[in-house]
Amino acid sequence: MTVTTPNPAPVAEAPRSGGSRLVERLLRMRELAILVVFLVMIAITQAGNSQFLSEQGVKDLLLNATILVLVATGQSLVVITRNVDLSVGSTLGISAFAAGTFLQGGGNALVAVLLAVLLGTGLGLLNGLLVSLGQVPALVVTLGTLYIIRGVDSIWVGSRQITAADLPGGFVGFGSGGLSVLPWPALIALAVLVATASCLGHFGSGRELYALGSNPEAARLAGIPVRRRILAAYTFCGALAGLAGAMYLARFGNVDSGTGNGYELTVVSAVVVGGVVFTGGSGSVYGAALGALLLTSINSVLPALGVSSVWVLAVNGVLLLLAIAVDRIVALRVAAALKKKSDRRRTAVTKENADA
Amino acid sequence: MTHPPDPGPAPVLALKGVSKSFGAVHALRDVCLELLPGEVHALAGENGAGKSTLIKTLAGVHRPDAGQVLLDGEPVVFHGPGDARDAGIAVIYQEPTLFPDLSIAENIFMGRQPKRALGRIDHRATRAATAALMKRLGVGLDPGRPARGLSIADQQIVEIAKALSFDARVLIMDEPTAALTGSEVARLFGVVRTLSAQGAAVLFVSHRLDEIFQICRRVTTLRDGARIADEPLAGMTEDDLVRRMVGRDLAALYPKQDATPGEVALSVRRLTREGVFTDVSFEVRRGEIVGLAGLVGAGRTEVARAVFGVDRWDAGEVEVVGRRLPRGAPSTAMAAGLALVPEDRRAQGLVMGMSIERNIGLTGLRTTVTAGLVDRRAERSRSLDWAVRLQVKYARIADAVSTLSGGNQQKVVLAKWLATGPKVLIVDEPTRGIDVGTKAEVHRLLSRLAAEGVAVLMISSDLPEILGMADRVLVMHEGRLTADIPRARATEESVMAAATGRAAV
Repeated sequence: MTVTTPNPAPVAEAPRSGGSRLVERLLRMRELAILVVFLVMIAITQAGNSQFLSEQGVKDLLLNATILVLVATGQSLVVITRNVDLSVGSTLGISAFAAGTFLQGGGNALVAVLLAVLLGTGLGLLNGLLVSLGQVPALVVTLGTLYIIRGVDSIWVGSRQITAADLPGGFVGFGSGGLSVLPWPALIALAVLVATASCLGHFGSGRELYALGSNPEAARLAGIPVRRRILAAYTFCGALAGLAGAMYLARFGNVDSGTGNGYELTVVSAVVVGGVVFTGGSGSVYGAALGALLLTSINSVLPALGVSSVWVLAVNGVLLLLAIAVDRIVALRVAAALKKKSDRRRTAVTKENADA
Repeated sequence: MTHPPDPGPAPVLALKGVSKSFGAVHALRDVCLELLPGEVHALAGENGAGKSTLIKTLAGVHRPDAGQVLLDGEPVVFHGPGDARDAGIAVIYQEPTLFPDLSIAENIFMGRQPKRALGRIDHRATRAATAALMKRLGVGLDPGRPARGLSIADQQIVEIAKALSFDARVLIMDEPTAALTGSEVARLFGVVRTLSAQGAAVLFVSHRLDEIFQICRRVTTLRDGARIADEPLAGMTEDDLVRRMVGRDLAALYPKQDATPGEVALSVRRLTREGVFTDVSFEVRRGEIVGLAGLVGAGRTEVARAVFGVDRWDAGEVEVVGRRLPRGAPSTAMAAGLALVPEDRRAQGLVMGMSIERNIGLTGLRTTVTAGLVDRRAERSRSLDWAVRLQVKYARIADAVSTLSGGNQQKVVLAKWLATGPKVLIVDEPTRGIDVGTKAEVHRLLSRLAAEGVAVLMISSDLPEILGMADRVLVMHEGRLTADIPRARATEESVMAAATGRAAV
């Protein structure tokens, strides 16, 4: 009973039929919509302040987004599996300090970055183990690790502080240098993003993350190693938070025990604004990255337009609610369209049977 | 153990002396089963006889407490569904288990997608293979559309395609035809015959006895978790099979007292909730038990929820004893004399961690509260009274309901609602997953309530229960009421025809 394709003609047509096209279009639209909002916002700002898109301006926009894009990419994977990792801010903070301390002691820059990633990986692994083995809601588990990691960080760091002056010049230069307007950290984030998206879209393990977020029970019955996949998602998320810590150090050069405090909420906002559904199973890392870009850009846009930066948080909140509302409406529309399509097919079949 | 008389082919998959318990419930007791290559084997038994547990044991979901699973005569231990699948065992479950966000093609090939270089999934090949499967099944489902929004029948077709998609040596089907139309069933049987001719072993579970006789060669009958018989179907009649399955006087299990219907107690007119159910009208009279039958997903539970006011409705009206109910107001419905015993007692019927006393007391807070405080003594005496009347078996009334068996939990839910003195009682799957003894008690109770003048609307997927208990059978199909059959004319055939929409075509 091997699957054969006796007649390739109808097969070639199948992917082009109405339903999939409609849905694909809507899904792509979701990311397109954020992109459009982003571009419109940038255009308006540029019109109001011609200095905004100077070389340094673009560079700043990208640099500001880089760290959030990295962490949001990792977070997306976790959210797709119907979980969440609230400890990313703490992980970012402690990895940044670890890398900084290592560099302060005269360590190699590449090894410092690796160290941050490894530390993040370890903490991600810990989260993953607790969530997948403990069968406890991820929200609570990672809230616990958020405080634990932050606490350990505070004890270790105390009132110490790492400043750019303590770091090798090359490392700090790396944080701001790049290919014309493209900073090195932004290129790294882009590479990570593309690789992750490819894994999610084209590899079995990536698709299984969507499957288990979409219906955990069905995933179990389909023989998907649910725990191992969740563990992998958390580990990857932790690794990216660690990498983001190293990038943070390179960008700002300034790290203390409060670094990354409250960052997890910004990350979750970016992911949700980017269209990754909080109940799992749907969304893309590109969307999350665009969400991150949009949210961080507001930080630069408002001051450039002469609006006080106290408005930033409120605007972020409005965007978040708007994104959720749009998602809900789109979901209802799609469901209705699919149902109608199903009904039509069914009526057609019934008719055919009646005729026969 | 009765072996087939001739040595014949060796079984591909077998169970030897398998037992499995969940807490105090013995789901399977020392069960043996042999699936031979090229043979379609039926598994018969009432609801709760242990069929699903047996299937899940073969599928690697449950591991037996005692006994062995034999693959090609060798004992194996499946550590999960993946192991069973790798051994060539395909399972179609009663309730489809799909990923709503993923495409039909991905649903079918999840974990086994065709790959290109470097392990990348070949999406095009996946879709092509899916299209080929759909062609083989003769349906026009688009491989690229997400599973969300598929009708139950279409979901079942995707499940069947999934089972076909890999070289299954053993195909297990748990009520695959429940949601299918006649032509779809015929097509499925064609596929099953081809598979078994190619040497696959098939295990087939169905409540439709005619289908068992149509396609199966042998039958294993389970009752209360134990194997009653393993015999060839040739020479048996449907009555023989029913007797083996039930094993007791049907009248004892369904103690229906004759009742004279009084005035209309519940009247539902043209009730519609968009996309869920449409134009549903019916009446239930005092003293009457009305069965509401239909397939899973036909909208029965949704109608009950709307009538009780848990969900809103878009159009229509509901009257309880001549009083019109506002939509979406359960407390008004309760005050009017309506009670709803929900389908899922663990999630919707009970607060599992709370005591029996308090669970029963929940619906009586109106009467036991004085000056804003709960009168604990009144609550206790009221709860004790009902627990005793329904013969709930418990150690102490202050014990958490989670310590009770399923049947006794169900009695607590019933007690909780009967304590409100309802004029209309809606029960949703009142005996699902409870043992036969308690089942008979619940039936006796419903019958007595009706005799006392309560109007009972009983939703059930258990056809013998509907036929045994109801004065009238309402049938729903895809959100519409398709039949209203009086007791005298209600048969398995007439109800199933209406439930699958076959009567309409």
